[in-house]
Amino acid sequence: MIARIIASLARFLTGARAHWHGCLPEAKLRVYFANHTSNLDLVLLWASLPPELRRNTRPVGAQDYWSSGIRAFLSLRVFRAVLIERKQVTKSNNPLRPMLAALEGGESLIIFPEGTRNPNGEVNEFRAGLFHLAKARPDVEFVPVFIDNLNRVLPKGEFLPVPILCSVRFGTPLKFADSETKPQFLTRAREAMLALRPQ
Amino acid sequence: MNLDSETKYLFGGTLGILTVASVIGWVLKARITSESGRKVVDNLVSRTNAWWVMAAVFGGALAIGKLAPVFLFSFTSFLALREFITLTPTRRGDHRSLFWAFFVILPLQYWTLAREWYGLFSILIPVYAFLFIPVRNAIAGDTEHFLERTAKIQWGLMIAVHSVSHAPALVTLLEIPGYTGNAKLLFFLVFVAQISDVLQYVWGKLCGRHPIAPKLSPNKTIEGFVGGSLSAIAAGTALWWATPFTPLQAAGMSAVIVLMGFFGGLVMSAIKRDRGVKDYGETIPGHGGVLDRIDSLCFAAPVFFHCVRYWFTN
Repeated sequence: MIARIIASLARFLTGARAHWHGCLPEAKLRVYFANHTSNLDLVLLWASLPPELRRNTRPVGAQDYWSSGIRAFLSLRVFRAVLIERKQVTKSNNPLRPMLAALEGGESLIIFPEGTRNPNGEVNEFRAGLFHLAKARPDVEFVPVFIDNLNRVLPKGEFLPVPILCSVRFGTPLKFADSETKPQFLTRAREAMLALRPQ
Repeated sequence: MNLDSETKYLFGGTLGILTVASVIGWVLKARITSESGRKVVDNLVSRTNAWWVMAAVFGGALAIGKLAPVFLFSFTSFLALREFITLTPTRRGDHRSLFWAFFVILPLQYWTLAREWYGLFSILIPVYAFLFIPVRNAIAGDTEHFLERTAKIQWGLMIAVHSVSHAPALVTLLEIPGYTGNAKLLFFLVFVAQISDVLQYVWGKLCGRHPIAPKLSPNKTIEGFVGGSLSAIAAGTALWWATPFTPLQAAGMSAVIVLMGFFGGLVMSAIKRDRGVKDYGETIPGHGGVLDRIDSLCFAAPVFFHCVRYWFTN
């Protein structure tokens, strides 16, 4: 309910349309990986999915950022986020584990492989998590997503959004190829995302 | 709602025109064979379909009463301003000013219409917002391209909010002796401005040869402009019975709307070319963005409003 209100609000502000370039919104097991410029990224990407897919798609967020106060309420209750450790990773809190568990349970994921928001709208190098996830689950479709303009709607450090038109573009799904090394896969994934960037 | 008989004729006429346009679209679609022709016809059909929706929304607002056009145009302003700001590169330092523009200044402008407060209506944006935006930007502290950034927000507010709000102002702010049902005046403005766009497009497609401003808009031709303007003025003149004007005055008013509308289209095209895009958005299928559809209205509405106010009210 709250999630739907937030999603409609985000769509109202951004007029966002989902552009499915490389695949269709189908109920397959997927990992959507997107560029990250604003806290609204997750909301807008989630809102761009058809309602029946939203129910089975969970965003992945950082434990240190999303686990207190209103953020905890939003992340855990509203968006059912999978929270992972990004600061002090040990064997016991290995961030892969909760993500793999969600996939095991038949739920798709939304992740931001840059690991943090990049306010200038550029796309940083990807962190290794995406590679480990792909290697563990080569059967899952990895869908590149580019969210355009959202850093202007709600820049880092602001709490009031302004209306700016945005677009959410979904690309052709990638699958992990056996022989691929970590840099190869991460470069391929990043380039697939950048190829979606509007001119 | 109780519509006077003149309003009913206007609605009926619009219905007739749209029906004719749809029929022409079907006939062309059945006959056309070439690939390039098919594209033009497809665009024509989706434009006509969008016209049905826009006419229904606009007509509904006119029928409901005074406040409905105010709401409709405030939402139009919101969409138009959003398109304008999206296309205009703003910086982090503009964020708070933009918030004020969208969520304080815009609603306030339309609130003055609901309150029927002409004094504040006419100066809110040209005076108060004009001074406020640079102050807010200065407080934000980013001095890079300061004048440029400030001017862009001011310009967006003037075009998308101040100018556009003059259309519903015809309904709430004008009292014309011996004339009731100002909604018909708003219909007149919108009809003449839009039919002029349509007719210039049609004339241009049929016999356009010499472009007026090839750099700005290759589709605008002298033949299209002359043919479209004259026929739009004729159409406006033919509606004199629904306005406070005599036929001659209706012709003059139509000429003002058509000419200002043409200039509006030209200026808004210049901005698009500068930014390297074809349309302001993709909200209306076949037409582009909201701002693409109302560019002529942005320039015609304030001038028409003030002409009526100067010559026809006390």
